[in-house]
Amino acid sequence: MEQKKVRRWNTWDNPWLNTKFLIGISIVILVVLFGLLGRIFWNVELAYVGSSPLNLPPVWQGGVPEHPLGTESNGRDMLAQLIVAIPSSFKVGLIAASVGMTAGLVLGSLAGYFGGWVDAVIRTLADAVVTIPTLAVLIVIAAFFTMRDTTSMALILAMFAWPGPTRIVRSQVLSLRERGYIRMAVLSGERPFGLMFREMLPNMLPWIAASITGNISGAILGATSLEALGLGPTRVPSLGTIINQAQTSSALIRGMVWWWFPPILVLMIIFTSFFLITTGLDEIANPRLRGLNK
Amino acid sequence: MGGLTWNYILKRFSMFLLTFWLGSSLIFIIPRLAPGDPVSAMVVRIVMREGYMENAQEIIESWKERFGLNDPMAVQYVKYLGNVVQFDFGFSLARFPTDAWDIVLPALPWSIGLLSVASVISFIIGNTIGALMGWDKTPRWLKSILPFSLTFTAIPYFMFGLLLIFILAFKLHWLPASGGYGRGVDPGWNWEFIKSIIRHGTLPLLSIIITSSGGWALGMRGLMITANSEDHFLLAQAKGLSPRRVFLRYGVRNAIMPSLTAFALGLGGLVSGSTLVEFIFAYPGTGYTLFQAIQTQDYTVIEAVCNLMILITSGSVFFIDLLYPLLDPRITFKSNK
Repeated sequence: MEQKKVRRWNTWDNPWLNTKFLIGISIVILVVLFGLLGRIFWNVELAYVGSSPLNLPPVWQGGVPEHPLGTESNGRDMLAQLIVAIPSSFKVGLIAASVGMTAGLVLGSLAGYFGGWVDAVIRTLADAVVTIPTLAVLIVIAAFFTMRDTTSMALILAMFAWPGPTRIVRSQVLSLRERGYIRMAVLSGERPFGLMFREMLPNMLPWIAASITGNISGAILGATSLEALGLGPTRVPSLGTIINQAQTSSALIRGMVWWWFPPILVLMIIFTSFFLITTGLDEIANPRLRGLNK
Repeated sequence: MGGLTWNYILKRFSMFLLTFWLGSSLIFIIPRLAPGDPVSAMVVRIVMREGYMENAQEIIESWKERFGLNDPMAVQYVKYLGNVVQFDFGFSLARFPTDAWDIVLPALPWSIGLLSVASVISFIIGNTIGALMGWDKTPRWLKSILPFSLTFTAIPYFMFGLLLIFILAFKLHWLPASGGYGRGVDPGWNWEFIKSIIRHGTLPLLSIIITSSGGWALGMRGLMITANSEDHFLLAQAKGLSPRRVFLRYGVRNAIMPSLTAFALGLGGLVSGSTLVEFIFAYPGTGYTLFQAIQTQDYTVIEAVCNLMILITSGSVFFIDLLYPLLDPRITFKSNK
């Protein structure tokens, strides 16, 4: 009796209550909220060229309250730029990662389930694509296709987001396939589809989640890198484009910290919190990593 | 040497060929998927940027002829692959009579130097930190300090580089902010030049090392924890071997192998990342050449650099693959018969 009571109080022992995971996810939510709610409280039209006075410092360095974070050399309001740019970065990451994940689930389970030459082909392809430096191909793509919107950019980034999930799903399917409960399900006449989604998928969730968050930040990094090189969509402000414009207008030398620093700060916060989520999820999936902090 | 067989070498070599072929085929296919042909697309973009281009139609026609764009696609593809293998990418479009390869080649030593030094140092530092974090005999004070080295792990190299430029170059004036060597320094084997290279290379190196060693540390920590609980590790401790020996020979030696695989897998990302580092530091390597080529719409140079990047990564992965069985005696590719 006593024993049971203790166990029931142990709900805080839930591995999903991982500190890193929770901190990371709350920061991500805060950043997304800043981007989404900002539109309501701030005029996003100020994010376009010539909408504001030029080169105003932020308000604590003698700027005006109408542009609290200052403005840059093309007359854009920094606060409005950030508000517009943050959701679009997340959009790119989400689209690319979910397309990559879907492809990874299909390919990985095909490879793990059928084995043989199907497995060999998929694995070899995944290995080859992982090795190719993504940026090289992305640059060639961006140099020839004018990217008008973030969605097309996300779809292109998704081309490189599938090998990771594919490998993870494949290895999980291979290991789960031999478990007793899966054999039980096969014997009870479960179809391959149900086997994959009802029996195996729930057991891979932490791995899949870790891989998705890794891919989201990977895609955001890819998009930002292209934009920073000046290859992103130029009409809509994005975090990478701000960095590119600051860099090409020598904001660093001109001492315009308020121009180049905010997008970098936001990106550093985004990447670090995604990283926290991914390591948190790793610890959830792999109890061995948790064991040391006793 | 036991693990290395011809069969294995051949397998890894065909993997290297496949990767290289896939990558350069992508670079061939993509421009041809764009509406119109690559040359017209280029010219249209130049016109969009500059406003006007003289004799655009004639230039398009002559370039098409020069690049063989009037040939059937299959012929073009075979010709292209032949050229890639011979590193012949034709003339640079921006600096016309110069060969594209002649623009890329001088940049290569800079990039290879930066990349190899950065990756080796960050691999060593990161794995040392990770191994110490995962070892149960590490002094407590050290263990409480080490996690701070992971702070910058998730930050892209080039963003951290911008911060370093701002603090160390503009605010403190300790190190130069851009370039590969100082103005007025005579390139050659003299001390002034070497000193200048080191001073200019420090910031790009630091921005890669500080941000990328955390990743190794994290992986190594997990591997070390696993290695710690193995029986042979406990036996080594029970025998009373010195902690140093147990740590290096029994812990790190066993845990390092998967790290090496991760190193091979991470190379693509490293090459991509260092391209941007070169861009923000105006470091005279291939990444900066690529940036200039993008700005001047120099398609042949873009093609040359991208093919080179793919060759370098797939080649290094092949090299690590060959090293692997030599370093890990547990792996053998000889059949047991």
